[in-house]
This record gives sequence, structure tokens and C-alpha cells, in this order.
Amino acid sequence: MITGWFWADVIVKVILALAAMIGMALVAIYAELKVMSHMQHRIGPYYAGGRWGWAQPFADALKFIQKEDLVPEGADSTVFRAAPYIVVAATFATFVVIPFSPSLVARDLDLGVFYLLAVSSLTTLGVLMAGWSSANKYSLMGGLRAAGQLIAYELPLALAVVAVVVQAGTMSLVGIVEAQAAPITIGGLSISLPFLLTGQIVSFVIFMVASVAELSRIPFDMPIAESELTMGYLTEYSSLRFTMFFLGEYAAMISMSAIAATLFLGGYWIPFVSETALLYFGPFILIAKISLLVFFILWIRATWPRLREDQLQDMAWRWLIPIALLNVLVIAFFKVVVF
Amino acid sequence: MTITFGDWITEIANWVFLAIALPTLGAAVLVVSAKNIVRAVLALVVTLAGTAALFLMLGAEFVGWTIVLVYIGAVIILFLIGIMITRAPLTKNADLSQPISMRVPAALLSVILFAVIGGAVAASFGGAAIPLPDEATTTASIGETLFTNWVIPFEVVSFVLLAALIGGIALARQDPAEEGEV
Repeated sequence: MITGWFWADVIVKVILALAAMIGMALVAIYAELKVMSHMQHRIGPYYAGGRWGWAQPFADALKFIQKEDLVPEGADSTVFRAAPYIVVAATFATFVVIPFSPSLVARDLDLGVFYLLAVSSLTTLGVLMAGWSSANKYSLMGGLRAAGQLIAYELPLALAVVAVVVQAGTMSLVGIVEAQAAPITIGGLSISLPFLLTGQIVSFVIFMVASVAELSRIPFDMPIAESELTMGYLTEYSSLRFTMFFLGEYAAMISMSAIAATLFLGGYWIPFVSETALLYFGPFILIAKISLLVFFILWIRATWPRLREDQLQDMAWRWLIPIALLNVLVIAFFKVVVF
Repeated sequence: MTITFGDWITEIANWVFLAIALPTLGAAVLVVSAKNIVRAVLALVVTLAGTAALFLMLGAEFVGWTIVLVYIGAVIILFLIGIMITRAPLTKNADLSQPISMRVPAALLSVILFAVIGGAVAASFGGAAIPLPDEATTTASIGETLFTNWVIPFEVVSFVLLAALIGGIALARQDPAEEGEV
């Protein structure tokens, strides 16, 4: 049952996934610096590493790491030290089920999407632990705001995913991609389209809004609102632990985009490319789609101001959740009655 | 078929079981013995995670991840929010320590409960080894069973939950007119 190769397989997969996560997070940090700069008519990083300041994320990471690792007096140091690990581990665990090509997936779980929702809900726990254990009122308020926000937006996120699962008829992410690759016939014309174009546009919009909120990015960055809460639950963190939160935040952005790309944009699949070619080009296709969505998230940050706390809760409970429920109802109706 | 201790200890799966079960038990003890209420809740997280891991070991993936999603991801978070909004004790909390006159009956009751549950399980299964299914149970089969054989219990449970939800809101809510009296 369990052989030596099992563990070798696991270790290789973990190292590959870790490298992919950290690498893509660094690229995302650089993209944020440069894209934001150009949107604001600035140049941004220019000198680090030579051309275009490409080494800026590395310089930033080194700067953070060499700072002193402080634990505030009066803090619950065990919980304080453990919190960043929980956040990073929860983000890292989402990469397990994301398929980069028909065969390049760490584990194609039958429960795929359900697993994603379960694992990413652990982030909230880490954030609350960080906020409480810091023994700082800004941290505590930031942690509470974050928890309230994450709980509120987890519901529309899950309901948007439910609509996709209903249409695909499976929770496995590979299965969902295959369901999008399967041709549908409309009036003699056989064509295969991603779910975004076959009735999931409402789910997609809800998913993107909710995922930006789950990431606590502008316009949903109340938990770390600098002007009122210093840095929220991150206030007391420094050095390696701050870097972990920082990297984790960008890794979460990548993983959310990867999930959105897989659920709505067809993942590693694009039309008119053969199954064998997908084995080789699948990862590049998925990364291109992820980049597109990451760019979109950065664009949102450069466009909108921060929401107020009550507006944020209002939007989740009074708008997104009812719309998402209605959407599930409509999709289920079409699935059962029409097709 | 009965299992001897020698058979049991040579099976590698049982070592994995011990590696999960012992920390789970330790964390469960910490839940009731911790002097700090937030730490007790965090120990409860470890206990629940261990339980989820045991379900995963048995091939019940859906149940395992449901524990993570519902209990750790939602119930524990609400516990923590509740504790932190009302008060955030960072030191030992004297209110949490009970006098010996309450500890002894509590311990006795726990032992009796354990004996009853353990006895009931042992009596119904004996020493029989129940083979694991070859594959994890699929969600599709769970859904099908739930909505064919168990559809009425399922609907009853969801109705009870809805009633509890409405009851909770009704109890917690204060009408503006009554506020002056309280």
C-alpha cells in the first residue's frame, strides 16, 4: 500500500509546489509595484538589479528578513509565533488540487472544490490568532474586522462555486475543466466554451468580488486600514514572520486567481488545442489566465477607494448572498429542466 | 476474526493512528485544563483537526473536510469572535478554575460516560476487523444516499436547524420598544 516511492513522490510534489508558490508570489509582488506605478504615472522600482528594477521583491524580502524578530511584551508568544504558519500553510494547501495540465496536479481529489473552501477557511483562524495574541488594540480590532469580513464573504464565494459545481456535475477540479472542454451543441453547431460564456457570468462576478474581499485587498482592506488601525493584525509582526504574512498574501492572490481561472475560464484548457499539446502547454495557459486575473485585481486596487465597514457588510449580506442564492436557483433550474 | 496486540502493533496504519490519536487526546485534555480561554479554544482546534484526520484515515473524506469547514472554519471562529468582543483576557483566568468539590463529580461522570460509550461500541462490534473500503467514499454516492434513502430525515434536520436559527435570532434580538425597560 505505502511504499518508499510514495514518500519520494510526496516530497518532490511538496518541493515543486513550494517553489511554484514562492516564485509566483515574488512575481506578483513585482507586478504590483510596477503595474501600480504605471497606473499612477510613476516609474516605480528602477535601480534594484539593473533593468526595470527586477530585483526589487528580492531586496524587499531580504530587508524584511534581516530585521529583528520581535515578540511584544504581554503577548501570548506561542500563539503569536504560530499564527503566520497557519496562514501560510492554509494558502499553500490550496495548491494541492489545482490542475496545471491534465496530468500535472498534486492530487485530483474527488472533493476538490470542497477541500479548497475548507482549507482556505483556516486563514481566518490564523488572522484571529495573530490579532488576539499581539496584545495590541489595533491588532485585536484588525483581527476582528478581518474575521467578520472573511465570514461574510465566504458565503457568496461558496455559493458562486456551488453554481459551477451544479453545472459541471462534479467537485473535482480536473472534472470541472473537462466539463468545460466537452463540446455543447446549439442548433447543429458543436462548440466548447468556458463556463464564463455558458451562463456563469453572474457567478464569476460574485466570485471575483468575494475573492478580493477574502484577500483583504483594496477596496476591502478594512482589517489593515492604515489610517485608522496602523496595520491591523500585522502591526506587531516583524522580520521573517511579517515576510511570511506578506508572501502568504500574494500567494493567496495567485491561488484565488488560479481557482477562478480553473472554475470559470477553463483552467489549463483553451479551444482548438489537442489533448496531447495541453500536456505540455497546459501550465503556460493556466499561468497566462492567472496573470490576467492578477492584473485585474491590481487594476481594482488602483481604481477604487476603501469601503466603509458598514458598506462592506451591507454589500455581502444584503446584495451578494441573495444574488448568489438566486443564481444557484437559476443554474439548477436550467440544469434540471432545460438541459 | 480477532486481533492480537502483536498483529495490531506491526501494522503501520496503527502507528499513524497513534500519531494522530495521542496528540488529539492531549489537546482534548488541554481544552478543559487550560487556564486561558482562548488557549482552550485553540486546543479544541487541534482536537477537531485530529478527529478530521482520523476520518480521512478511514476513507471518509467528506466527513473529514466537513469537520474542518464547519467546525474549525466557522464554529471556532464564532467562539473566538464572541470571546474577543466581550473581553480579551491575556492572563490566567481565575473564573475558569473550579473547586475540588466540582472536579471530582465531573471526572466521575466523564469516566462513566466513557465506559458506557466504549462498552456499547465494543459490545456491538466485538473484536471484529472491519475492512476499509478500497477507495474513499465519493461525494456522488453520499449525495445519492442522502437524497434517496434518507431524504425525510434530511429534510427534518434542516427544518429543525431553521427553527433553531430563527429561535436564536428571536432570543438575541431586542426590540427598540423594550430597550428602555431593560
